[in-house]
Amino acid sequence: MWATQTIAEFLGEYCSAYFPKSLGPNFQYAVAAIIHAVLLVHVFAVCPGVFIWLERKVSGRIQDRLGPTRTGGLFGWLQSLADGIKLVQKEDLCPPAADSLLFRSAPYFVCVASFAAFMVLPFSAGWVAVAADCGLFIILAVLSLEVFGIIMAGYSSGSKWSLFGGMREAAQMVSYEIPLAICALVPVIAAGSLNLGEIGGMQRGGIQNWFLFHNPFAFIAFFVYFVVATASCKRAPFDLAEAESELVGGFHTEYSGIRWSFFFMGEYASMFAVCCIASVLFLGGWNTGIPPLDDALYAARNASASGEGSAIVGYLANVLGAFVFATKASLGVFVQIWLRWTLPRLRIDQVMTTCLKYLVPISCFLFLGATLWPLLLATAAQRSTWTPDPLGNRTAAEIRESQVSATPTSPAQASVAPAAKATIQ
Amino acid sequence: MNEPLIDGPSILFLIFAAITCLSAVAVVVSQTVVRMAFWLVLSLGSAAALFFLADADFVGAAQLLIYVGGTLVLLVFGVMLTASGPYLKIATSPGETILGAAVALLFMFVVFSAVSGVEWPTDNLTRSVAFNPAGNTLRPLGLSLLGTRPDQDLPDSDQLSPGYLLPFEIVSVHLLVVLIGAAYLARAKRRSAI
Repeated sequence: MWATQTIAEFLGEYCSAYFPKSLGPNFQYAVAAIIHAVLLVHVFAVCPGVFIWLERKVSGRIQDRLGPTRTGGLFGWLQSLADGIKLVQKEDLCPPAADSLLFRSAPYFVCVASFAAFMVLPFSAGWVAVAADCGLFIILAVLSLEVFGIIMAGYSSGSKWSLFGGMREAAQMVSYEIPLAICALVPVIAAGSLNLGEIGGMQRGGIQNWFLFHNPFAFIAFFVYFVVATASCKRAPFDLAEAESELVGGFHTEYSGIRWSFFFMGEYASMFAVCCIASVLFLGGWNTGIPPLDDALYAARNASASGEGSAIVGYLANVLGAFVFATKASLGVFVQIWLRWTLPRLRIDQVMTTCLKYLVPISCFLFLGATLWPLLLATAAQRSTWTPDPLGNRTAAEIRESQVSATPTSPAQASVAPAAKATIQ
Repeated sequence: MNEPLIDGPSILFLIFAAITCLSAVAVVVSQTVVRMAFWLVLSLGSAAALFFLADADFVGAAQLLIYVGGTLVLLVFGVMLTASGPYLKIATSPGETILGAAVALLFMFVVFSAVSGVEWPTDNLTRSVAFNPAGNTLRPLGLSLLGTRPDQDLPDSDQLSPGYLLPFEIVSVHLLVVLIGAAYLARAKRRSAI
């Protein structure tokens, strides 16, 4: 049971006995899709809770306070839940000057955009809801939709604060998307793939195989990416457009209650999402970085996938991978929180200058350097990477083989595939 | 095993096609520009979903990135920066409505007759699955932008087909010229203002 690679396969193999045959693969895929969606909604809902609590504790420590201590035992770990319950109970206000349809639907846009990013994120080898071939492109496209919700919130509130906040926020996010995408392309050049599962799999076998250390340009690109990602999640020191801890509150000035909290759920979820992307692209994804352990986990996964080894060991290897992945991403979020409570805020013109005059040229230079790096190595040292074992240890083809069974194919494809094989023969 | 009357992808197709069409109608009917943008987001977003449904991940993501994330944001920006009142409204006179409806119906008739007049090949899906197994949708596209079409080269020709290299290059150079031109125009204006 543990050996099945996808939930749809699991349903097909073990539950088909209990359901009438006429429901067939459609029913199977529908149930699998619902299970994926429910799991992801929980990731999406729990992460902000944990990170808001972490934000309070870390900011407390940095400011020589204790942070929440009372709600839920010693460390106040139920604080976020208590806040959530309070926010649900608040009145759902809509100002008379606002365009109520747009005003009410804007928070959902923000939430849906950052939630949809989790669809294509691989949490461990093969643990991905949609193993899309252009996963990174889809993530960047979906995260760029968040801006629209913010503009709508700012415009439809019918308030000057919201309008200015929304315009600044939108200008900031749209500008920072450019260096974000260019920096994300630097490891893609090294990997030769936009499939996040493949990119993660290629970094197996030691810390030197992480794309962070693939070339000097990727090393710098990681830090540029992190700065840009912090800014595109509108986190301090780039949060002048809202400045929720001191000033009026930017685009969400007029919001209250649960709709207000949706913006924050979206913000913390997209913080986690960009840190997950950083973890897959630069920090080895679910790989531990310890060569013997990585190889053992890889062997266990493959053995259970091919049905030779113990299936539950392969499953546990994936659980460990997901744990490693979540740890890396959470460390990224921790650094973002740490930065927020350490650095002073930039003025809005400084925010824009930093992006357009510095980060965009820097990331273009890194992109160019990363494309030239393989040529340089090939001419100067006659090799493809600086590490002892070249890309042969982690070719795209090998990883694709191991992922083929994990890729959910649509029922239409599944039914057509035998026919296609027949025509080839 | 008897075939079900309607399968899963078809249900999803009907849902998303309905959302696309209904919100497209809502774009025309609504009066406020930003509301139009909102309905257009729904319409274009469901069109992207239709692309995803047809296993065209790249086109779907490009649809989201360019139309929803780019063009519509630009549209709302334009409204926010230029509107004199709080909510910019566009009122259509009855004559314009009739004229627009006539043009739209005529266009729909042309498209419909063109689409229904073509004998569509039924083995498209078979061919695409044969060359892109297991959701491998991006690599053939990238290869054809680099100038080879593996799906056309492989079967019975000994010659490489050109792919989309030339159009790709032309579009790239065109976009570069437009970018430089836009930057130049923006810069010149600011200098004269100072």
